[in-house]
Amino acid sequence: MAAKKMFGAADASILVTGLSRSFDDGVTRVTLKRISQTSIIGLTYPPTWSVSLLSMTIVATSMMLCVDTCTTQLQCNFFDKLRVVSLLRNSIKLALKQLKNWMAPEKAKTSLTTFPASAEIVSEPLGVVLVISAWNYPFLLSIDHVIGAISAGNAVVLKPSELAPASSALLAKLLEQYLDSSVVRVVEGAVTETTALLEQKWDKIFYTGSSKIGRVIMAAAAKRLTPVVLELGGKSPVVVDSDTDLKVTVRRIIAGKWGCNNGQACISPDYILTTKEYAPKVIDAMKKELETFYGKNPMESKDMSRIVNSTHFDRLSKLLDEKEVSDKIVYGGEKDRENLKIAPTILLDVPLDSLIMSEENIWPSPSNSHESFDMIRSRPKPLAAYLFTHNKKLKERFATTVSAGGIVVNDIAVHLALHTLPFGGVGESGMGAYHGKFSFDAFSHKKAVLYRSLFGDSAVRYPPYSRGKLRLLKALVDSNIFDIFKALLGLS
Amino acid sequence: MAAKKMFGAADASILVTDLRRSFDDGVTRGYEWRVTQLKKLLIICDNHEPEIVAALRDDLGKPELESSVYEVSLLRNSIKLALKQLKNWMAPEKAKTSLTTFPASAEIVSEPLGVVLVISAWNYPFLLSIDPVIGAISAGNAVVLKPSELAPASSALLAKLMEQYLDSSAVRVVEGAVTETTALLEQKWDKIFYTGSSKIGHVIMAAAAKHLTPVVLELGGKSPVVVDSDTDLKVTVRRIIAGKWGCNNGQACISPDYILTTKEYAPKVIDAMKKELETFYGKNPMESKDMSRIVNSTHFDRLSKMLDEKEVSDKIVYGGEKDRENLKIAPTILLDVPLDSLIMSEEIFGPLLPILTLNNLEESFDVIRSRPKPLAAYLFTHNKKLKERFAATVSAGGIVVNDIAVHLALHTLPFGGVGESGMGAYHGKFSFDAFSHKKAVLYRSLFGDSAVRYPPYSRGKLRLLKALVDSNIFDIFKVLLGLS
Repeated sequence: MAAKKMFGAADASILVTGLSRSFDDGVTRVTLKRISQTSIIGLTYPPTWSVSLLSMTIVATSMMLCVDTCTTQLQCNFFDKLRVVSLLRNSIKLALKQLKNWMAPEKAKTSLTTFPASAEIVSEPLGVVLVISAWNYPFLLSIDHVIGAISAGNAVVLKPSELAPASSALLAKLLEQYLDSSVVRVVEGAVTETTALLEQKWDKIFYTGSSKIGRVIMAAAAKRLTPVVLELGGKSPVVVDSDTDLKVTVRRIIAGKWGCNNGQACISPDYILTTKEYAPKVIDAMKKELETFYGKNPMESKDMSRIVNSTHFDRLSKLLDEKEVSDKIVYGGEKDRENLKIAPTILLDVPLDSLIMSEENIWPSPSNSHESFDMIRSRPKPLAAYLFTHNKKLKERFATTVSAGGIVVNDIAVHLALHTLPFGGVGESGMGAYHGKFSFDAFSHKKAVLYRSLFGDSAVRYPPYSRGKLRLLKALVDSNIFDIFKALLGLS
Repeated sequence: MAAKKMFGAADASILVTDLRRSFDDGVTRGYEWRVTQLKKLLIICDNHEPEIVAALRDDLGKPELESSVYEVSLLRNSIKLALKQLKNWMAPEKAKTSLTTFPASAEIVSEPLGVVLVISAWNYPFLLSIDPVIGAISAGNAVVLKPSELAPASSALLAKLMEQYLDSSAVRVVEGAVTETTALLEQKWDKIFYTGSSKIGHVIMAAAAKHLTPVVLELGGKSPVVVDSDTDLKVTVRRIIAGKWGCNNGQACISPDYILTTKEYAPKVIDAMKKELETFYGKNPMESKDMSRIVNSTHFDRLSKMLDEKEVSDKIVYGGEKDRENLKIAPTILLDVPLDSLIMSEEIFGPLLPILTLNNLEESFDVIRSRPKPLAAYLFTHNKKLKERFAATVSAGGIVVNDIAVHLALHTLPFGGVGESGMGAYHGKFSFDAFSHKKAVLYRSLFGDSAVRYPPYSRGKLRLLKALVDSNIFDIFKVLLGLS
């Protein structure tokens, strides 16, 4: 398979040229033409498109079957993977259902200034786009973006993460098997291949991963004036108010943290903020529910993903072993490097300048503290911020004053399942958004189109200029009917 | 005045720190503050128009009509729209929820990004400075404006007026050139809005990448005009002239850069243009007061060089006169210059208009597509099918059929580029959005918690959760009843 040999700059160049040609030949845009030419009633999706998108459904279903076999190999949270496939199928079904609407030009109101005219905003594909995916949700974070790119009519190259090699290989195989490879391709590889790809000119780059590499991606994009969407991460805080249903709160935090790839998710609860008085109750409740969920020996539970690789294991170990942190462990802390497992671990009041509080953890342990809003604001903007409370005023204050990619009150992470909400970061946690129509928009150019009439041309805007013309033109631009009349009547 | 001394890295740092403190203190976030600032901008437009017109005459030789209508009036419109719509724009937008997240309510909240930087251009120094600032302020940000040093009178006037009228704890102007801009770019901004050349656009985005700062880049390109033989030639030509020489003498980002028409039709186009040009600017256009001059000698020399190039200078069919002392070049039309000439390789940004002839009009689409995507593309025709094809298949920032440039006056249309001509858009609500973060907010209830999503997992839980995520009521019932 082509993906196996070394992929260098020349290969990247050939790849992009080939895709550009297919794009220019209108392969991805056939629908656009076909849809605008057919009538609304009795419309069926043109073959090229429905094959692509229905193929995605087939891909998703195939993956579900493959997940069964892959689970033992990948040793990950089976439940998590199934949820991912469901999310993908939802995404595909939504796109299939809404595509006609999304593709339709949007009428724009005109004004007196441009009368007579009609205006609209046309969504057009950007061209040939690059999607660079992450290792923690390799299927979701690859296919979801490819769905957006294809719906918007682009040719797309997907570069899955090399840190999830089985998923990467499977994606390459399935996408090649089911989709039109003149416009959709997968390039497997690591730094060399990614660098080769980044040297090419793309019409958009969609990157999911770390802030550090996000900067590298944007700098590469800057050389070609390529717009980017960067879905990065951050330390997503969870504020727990004492006026809450503690059992539900704690269960949702656990499900959102350890239940989502064992804390290895961009919107994972990173640390908890609660009052000194309430903290002991929170910790007790967490210990109790953690045991209910994962049993007395969580290291043996099949319901948690493992740590992805030894590099990340060592990184997390280091966070735990740091002086003045290791003595703050109040639950868990067991490590098993051979099986890449770390038990769900809770720490209490680690120093604010400790490693664990300095970088995004993506791992299984939160810590507690006080003065929440200020603390969140003093840190880089996270991808998500959470609050658990019954207090209406607190909820409103939180939603209006805490800046994060997204906010969820009384739950964790579920906003990513709601396609009517834009999912994306702000500041250090990223730029741009996707999901639902936002995905389609992310991969489109919103082109302004204004149609004017050649009739009724007025000399008022043409030289030689005069005071009279100046006054009339001003009135026209101001769309001020009164002034227009005054000027026309020579009264101003 | 503070702006006069050297502005270096330390000053930039202090500036941003100050503004960030104001922002964190909540100065810019209230509706009242934003409205007050916008009203002050309106006062500037209403009370200081003569000074603005004078500054533009100094910097660009811009005729009063252009200054008054295409800068001040457009700004006034922009401000009035923002004042009228701000409440709507600021209101959270409800988002529909689904069965998967039930019970829940969701909305999209527009929040300010923080402290933003607007770097403006020299050709429409007031419009291109204040229009983005309107967006920044409406969205609740603190903003620093860096006007172009190539329009020094306008830059100084902007600095003076904005310091006089606006809240300088949150809105500031930094005058200067490369040194000052570089110092500013080293700081961390929450957004950078740049209007100017593609070349500097790369520099801005690279600087922004260091801090993961999102950008809007309003750049330029060679905006083509396709002229069909099936058109009203007189109106077509008048509008092209008004859009080219009538807009800062061709020195505008959406200026008609070159014309594409058929070999048969070209002579008619040229004759019509000569006739209308004479009607507009008289027999001695170099003496007409109704056109801006060339901004400075650097650009004059650049344009001269284009005209003087071998195999280009002999293609002049009208005009060509140059006066370096007064920085004037006559409206000049050229016919069929080589495609690889300077004049066809970079954005002209001046009073030169090449006409390229084709065997048939269809070829124009390919010509345009073979070049970097421009900020605007124009077509003059009566032919409905041609209009539709053009709008659907020609990629540009914006398309106007049967006129030039007027789309920038319509606030319901996003104004921005694509590819080489830029990224992001503004005008109207798009300005507000450009300077906002659209934050997703989901409120869930603590009641009715179902154990289905919690470990330990079982096949039954799996099936139910799948059905829930699929929002499939039928499957949900089947599972709940133990039937699947």
